[in-house]
Amino acid sequence: MVMPQTERAFTPDTVDDAVTVKRITKSYGAVEALKNMTLSFPRGELTSLLGPSGCGKTTLLKIIAGLLEPTSGEVLVNGRAVTGPGPDRAFVFQDFALLPWASVMRNVAFGLELRGVAQSEREAIAEKYIAHVGLKGFERAYPHELSGGMRQRVGLARALSVDADVLLMDEPFSAVDEQTRRKFQEDLLNLVKTENKTFIFVTHSIEEAVYVSDQIAILLPRPSRVSQIIRPQGFRDKDVDNIRRDPEYLDIVDDIWSSLRSYVE
Amino acid sequence: MLVLGKYRLPGMSSLLLWALLWEIVGRSGLTFFVPPFSEVCVTLFNVIGTPAFVKALQETAVAFFAGVFFAIVIGIPVGILMGKSRLLDELLLPWVNMFLSAPLTALVPVLMVLFGFGMQAIIITTTLFAIWIIILNARAGVMQINRSLVEMARSFGATPMDAFVKIYFWAALPEILGGVRIGVIRAVKGVIIGQLLISIVGFGALFELYSANFLMAHFWAVLLVLFAMAFAVSELLAALERRVAYYAASR
Repeated sequence: MVMPQTERAFTPDTVDDAVTVKRITKSYGAVEALKNMTLSFPRGELTSLLGPSGCGKTTLLKIIAGLLEPTSGEVLVNGRAVTGPGPDRAFVFQDFALLPWASVMRNVAFGLELRGVAQSEREAIAEKYIAHVGLKGFERAYPHELSGGMRQRVGLARALSVDADVLLMDEPFSAVDEQTRRKFQEDLLNLVKTENKTFIFVTHSIEEAVYVSDQIAILLPRPSRVSQIIRPQGFRDKDVDNIRRDPEYLDIVDDIWSSLRSYVE
Repeated sequence: MLVLGKYRLPGMSSLLLWALLWEIVGRSGLTFFVPPFSEVCVTLFNVIGTPAFVKALQETAVAFFAGVFFAIVIGIPVGILMGKSRLLDELLLPWVNMFLSAPLTALVPVLMVLFGFGMQAIIITTTLFAIWIIILNARAGVMQINRSLVEMARSFGATPMDAFVKIYFWAALPEILGGVRIGVIRAVKGVIIGQLLISIVGFGALFELYSANFLMAHFWAVLLVLFAMAFAVSELLAALERRVAYYAASR
């Protein structure tokens, strides 16, 4: 089944987009992982990439990160074309990707260490962000001594401490338990409000996407494409406790499910 | 191990049992080849201070540590690079596997032609005995590395050198240490074979001298010293391995 592709017209000056993806195609031999994808990510907002498995959402995120090279098309971050990883983007990994032989302090400071920031300076910054994500007192702990949720807080602190404009999050909460995840989602909303960064968030959870996003891009597989862009309006400014009861929230969740249902095996 | 449910035996108590058996066999006069353990021990303490022994120990230690040093500083980077680069792996792996299982002793005469009869050839022999397993283990350590650690380093702007020193080396360290431990044990073999075949120096010379003169107590005494040295080095490395074990399981 092929659905018509809804493409948002590319209009550079009307909105301030931190990241723009223009006609990206990525193929592995004969297999097209992404086909002619165009998408904009408004500055200071959280955009979710949502879709069934195999829709290329992680591939797209890694192309934006500069970890994968697109077969054709280009990615612009702050107007500059992406040729590889850069200090304007920071990545939060699904499996946390912490150095198991390094303390929380060194892990959080690792991005700064790679950028050649002096030890005392980078540890001062890391200390601030360790406290910021709620891990004060665990600076000397090692990853294997922490729970899954705490490990991802370390991953988040590491991404925050390099102070990139764009935060790329690859299913960051999928490896933590449900209660921890809810707490994370609330914290993420606060982070979007206070940090003034652009968040690109890959998830396969519809509820999660609707709960945290300013904009949701629904991706469909075979060939991968953007099928729909949804911008929740009414409940974004409500406090975290009331979002899940909001009629608009419930409607959007239902709408997305009905459009994705046929793609789930 | 607990005996009778409550007495804890210290580690390696079984050695006492084997020493006792050795003593009994020695005293029974079954063969001149096995003198009693007590006699070997007495000989050991008599021999240990003699200039001949000290000189042999020095020569052996120098060749051994030099050989192990080269095996480590060449073997680990080569192994890591093989684990990282498919091309290099395809090129080198058949050779590494071949030399790992090759009867290296047969190669020693070739080494003598190439490098002469001195210390140099002995060191090279030692290195050749130790290096292959070190390479293979470093390679195996790198190949099981978590891909997202590499991506993480790249995404935060790591240079290839950063990735090598800060990610690959540490991620492969448990395997690398395992390889070095086995390599060191093989190096003990290498250094003695080198000393026996290339130039009769060090412990090799002592073995030659004692066995040619049927001084079996002396022979066993030197062998005991050698065992103890190899065991000590290998235990030291095993202790290092345990220090990194906490993350070996959670990479």
